Amino acid sequence: MATKSLKARHNELAATDRQLDILNGGIFKEGRLPYFKDKLAKTGHFPLRPKKLEILQINVGYMCNQVCQHCHVDAGPDRKEIMTRETMEQCLEVIRNTGAHTLDLTGGAPEMNPDFRWFVEEASKAGIKDFIVRSNLTIIRANKKYHDLPEFFRKHNVHVVSSMPHYTRGKTDKQRGDGVFDKSIQALKDLNAVGYGMPGSDLRLDLVYNPSGAFLPGDQEAMEKDFKKALDEDFGIQFHNLFAITNLPIARFLDYLLASENYEDYMYSLVEAYNPAAVENVMCTNTISVSWDGWLYDCDFNQMLGLKVDSKVKHISEYNEDLLNNRNIIISQHCYGCTAGAGSSCQGSVA
Amino acid sequence: MANSYYDPADLRKFGKITEWSEELGTKFFDYYSKVFEEGALSAREKSLIALAVAHVVKCPYCIDAYTKDGLQRGITKEEMMEAVHAGAAIESGATLVHGVQMMNKYNKLSM
Repeated sequence: MATKSLKARHNELAATDRQLDILNGGIFKEGRLPYFKDKLAKTGHFPLRPKKLEILQINVGYMCNQVCQHCHVDAGPDRKEIMTRETMEQCLEVIRNTGAHTLDLTGGAPEMNPDFRWFVEEASKAGIKDFIVRSNLTIIRANKKYHDLPEFFRKHNVHVVSSMPHYTRGKTDKQRGDGVFDKSIQALKDLNAVGYGMPGSDLRLDLVYNPSGAFLPGDQEAMEKDFKKALDEDFGIQFHNLFAITNLPIARFLDYLLASENYEDYMYSLVEAYNPAAVENVMCTNTISVSWDGWLYDCDFNQMLGLKVDSKVKHISEYNEDLLNNRNIIISQHCYGCTAGAGSSCQGSVA
Repeated sequence: MANSYYDPADLRKFGKITEWSEELGTKFFDYYSKVFEEGALSAREKSLIALAVAHVVKCPYCIDAYTKDGLQRGITKEEMMEAVHAGAAIESGATLVHGVQMMNKYNKLSM
């Protein structure tokens, strides 16, 4: 398993143009599969337009303690893109005035940003209804200085959303690296210990499931049942909801698909599973994604492909919700990942 | 025409059998999807049965389809292999139980 990002390995896929060439070419250019735009048009969804803004998702940096094989961010310890306090201040100004009810911090491992705690403290004062931090769990056990994160999250009433690809060690470590499973289990126990994820608790702990390979996630409810049963029986661990998220064919997951010769079959699976009902609630229609350097995107995936919002307003420093809400959402063939089957978003299934 | 009997890409075209006999094709696919719905057996259990049968009838399309289906349902490789063994045990048992016929015939023909 690689221990460096595509960027550090000087892999050609580190260039977003190269990824977009692949997504726009091949099976789509040859007409074997329809472009996402044409598929949307056929079901009366083109151009894709935002609805009411509900979620402000802020990526505070691409640095991470893990190098997961499927990572769409191409995150890793070698990534140096980190949000500065100055950009955070601009974000706070927006958070205080936004109509969005959810603030969603992601990365990388957001906790590795040196100003993370300051940012959480300040943001939690803004009175946002749902304040999410996407934690990879192992960071809590990675270093002593992170051991108190569960308590820190509790103090600021943070809603913790954590990745857990499977309830067995083998599948988890294969996707995310050796030892990740055991550390994740310990971190979940630490979170449970301060009250996170317990039945009836207001301290929300949700898990994210990504398939560990070239296949789509199964039924979210059925998977949640399996996860709950296994984690409770094997480790006495509790959590609230499981979000099943489809892997989108970008960055390291695209690299994996190409290297394992699964790319075409995977794209066929996504296109065949296209669900107009999922399009209705696809997350780019209620989300704005902010990058570490303050640029605005329709979603975290578009951010990783360098596809900024199609609006006069493109940066957090000039943020204007009304102007932004009057835009067309930028799409490409990776978008099939969010409209397949029950749909997929950072909050799991959408249909 | 392809140069081999099995092409993985043909699995995607399975639905096309309806084009040459819409009534029977549609009836088959309706039946098929009903069978695999959640019932007295869970969809997960049926997926494992399908995987075992896929091996016994040696259908490469079905093996591809139900391995993927199992992965999507979070079924582990240990569970999948046990299902294949269950199918293989019945199949080899079916062969071996004919050994009784052989023994009967042998005894009848022998002095």
